[in-house]
Amino acid sequence: MSEPLVFKRYYVWQLPVRICHWVNALSILLLSITGFLIGYPVIAGNSPHSFVMGWVRFIHFVAGYALLISVISRLLWSLNDHCFSGWREYFPFLTREGRKEILVMLKFYFFIDRKTPDAVGHNPLAVTAYVGLFLLFAGMFVSGFALYAEHAPGGTMFATLKPVYLLLSSQTMRLYHHIGMWLIICFVINHIYSVWLLDVKEKGGEITSIFSGYKYTTKVHVFSEGKECDENGCFIKIKK
Amino acid sequence: MSEHKVDTVCDTGKQSCNAKQDSESRDHSIGEMLRQRGVSRRDFLKFCSAMTAAMALPASFAPRVAQALDEVKRPTLVWLEMQSCTGDTEALLRSANPTVAEIVLDILSVDYHETIMAAAGHQAEEALDKTIAAYKGKYICVIEGSIAMKDGGIYGSTGGKSHLDRARQVCGGALATIAVGTCASYGGIAAAVPNPTGAVGVQEAVPGVTVINLPGCPVNADNLTATIVHYLVFGKIPALDSHGRPLFAYGKRIHDNCERRPHFDAGQYVEIWGDEGHRKGFCLYKMGCKGPATFHNCPTQRYNEKTSWPVAAGHPCAGCSEPQFWDAMGPLYKRLPNVPGFGIEHTADKIGIGMAIGVGAAFAAHGVISALRKDKNPADKTKED
Repeated sequence: MSEPLVFKRYYVWQLPVRICHWVNALSILLLSITGFLIGYPVIAGNSPHSFVMGWVRFIHFVAGYALLISVISRLLWSLNDHCFSGWREYFPFLTREGRKEILVMLKFYFFIDRKTPDAVGHNPLAVTAYVGLFLLFAGMFVSGFALYAEHAPGGTMFATLKPVYLLLSSQTMRLYHHIGMWLIICFVINHIYSVWLLDVKEKGGEITSIFSGYKYTTKVHVFSEGKECDENGCFIKIKK
Repeated sequence: MSEHKVDTVCDTGKQSCNAKQDSESRDHSIGEMLRQRGVSRRDFLKFCSAMTAAMALPASFAPRVAQALDEVKRPTLVWLEMQSCTGDTEALLRSANPTVAEIVLDILSVDYHETIMAAAGHQAEEALDKTIAAYKGKYICVIEGSIAMKDGGIYGSTGGKSHLDRARQVCGGALATIAVGTCASYGGIAAAVPNPTGAVGVQEAVPGVTVINLPGCPVNADNLTATIVHYLVFGKIPALDSHGRPLFAYGKRIHDNCERRPHFDAGQYVEIWGDEGHRKGFCLYKMGCKGPATFHNCPTQRYNEKTSWPVAAGHPCAGCSEPQFWDAMGPLYKRLPNVPGFGIEHTADKIGIGMAIGVGAAFAAHGVISALRKDKNPADKTKED
């Protein structure tokens, strides 16, 4: 008979991290729906007073601002020294151990090995994808706000984005904005599938962690950025 | 309105007549010359009001415009045709209002214009050389059409001189150059892929000279007149945007001043040509209108003496006054450009839906395989550490 498994609980997602996650998720949902309706207005107004497109665009712009503020807040939050939300978590490919962990995850995905990475916080491969996602967000912010600012060519936003207008025509920006949406939708499909998969395979509460903040692991020692972490997500100081 | 005939400049006397008229008119102010030609004070003031509105100035500026035009001497203007369809000249000559046509043809003294001048051949070339030498740094140069740059500019020439050399020579000595039409401003249709002649706009062909771009296909003659009047009244060129266009004419997006905008906001669109919405004047957004991507004063200034403009006539805006028109604004009747490399009729969204379905299917298959696969026992420590 094997020994009973001991799961240790780790506080991986702090409240601001969870809030940002859900603001992002809701904004992306709203932006995709309203964005699609702006490109293909299938809902029609009955009278010139109905303002259907007006509201759709209003929701799109508000959600766009919400996403921008959320992403900026998350970037600022990554400056704190928590084990699982610091900015160093995002660049595992910069260290040897990180690259090894990415390889472990790739082997897992391609059915070469059953082992999942040791990391309890961000999955090293997923977090690499998030870097790409954030760059995609940046492109969407630039193209989106550049198109938005065209309604007020005398305004500050238009003046700030002046180099963008010289580089790209509005129609090209529209095209990139559409392609960007589909890339984000592909990311979302990947993201939801992967959390389900790892929730089932790792049995660490992957899905509920983004509601509660806690993940479970059988690992005795948990490392992040090469340093050991305690159950509250604080770095343990090494005594010499 | 005065029914004064336009073609009083010269009949057949050619150069001598040109020169005579030249010396006479340069001593008189524009106001005097208008009176001599039988334009009433009332018509003159009407013209000043129209120009004040075109320059996006408050109505209180109209007297100042009138006063300035009363006093100012006529400028010298040469008009060069490059790689063009003469559409901008046509737009100008078809001006219904005789006063405006006169301003351009007679009062503003087009000293050289290939299409409308009486002189021809070497005489014409001589007239041009004389004009630009005598008024160096003082004349205004208007250029219509793009400039062919490929192979040393051999694909366009007039009088044995390439357009490129001519532009360098004439624009270099000009007070300012006005590029009329999209071709002269940004290369236009001639510059569309694959651009066999290497066509570019004036500013790109002759960097360093002062160029005012008045794009549009064709240019709105009122905007050209207003630009010249602006110079006469204020003694300087109008404020320009980052694409070199006067802000008074290109400072606002068509979409934001469109008379069909309420239908856009309401969600009332033309779905197919000739449907009920089209007959009722609904928004042309779904028919590929480029109004949301185009800066121009068409909705307010309109064409042909404020008679109409494309959207008023039930046709979506083609985006003709933007840089990279034709390539960036196509297809004419679609909201978005096609995705390069995917062949025609492949929009970003069709590709996007395909991509999303592909990704979904891939992960679904992965999920099925993962579900059938035996899990690693968490207690199994053999592979860890």
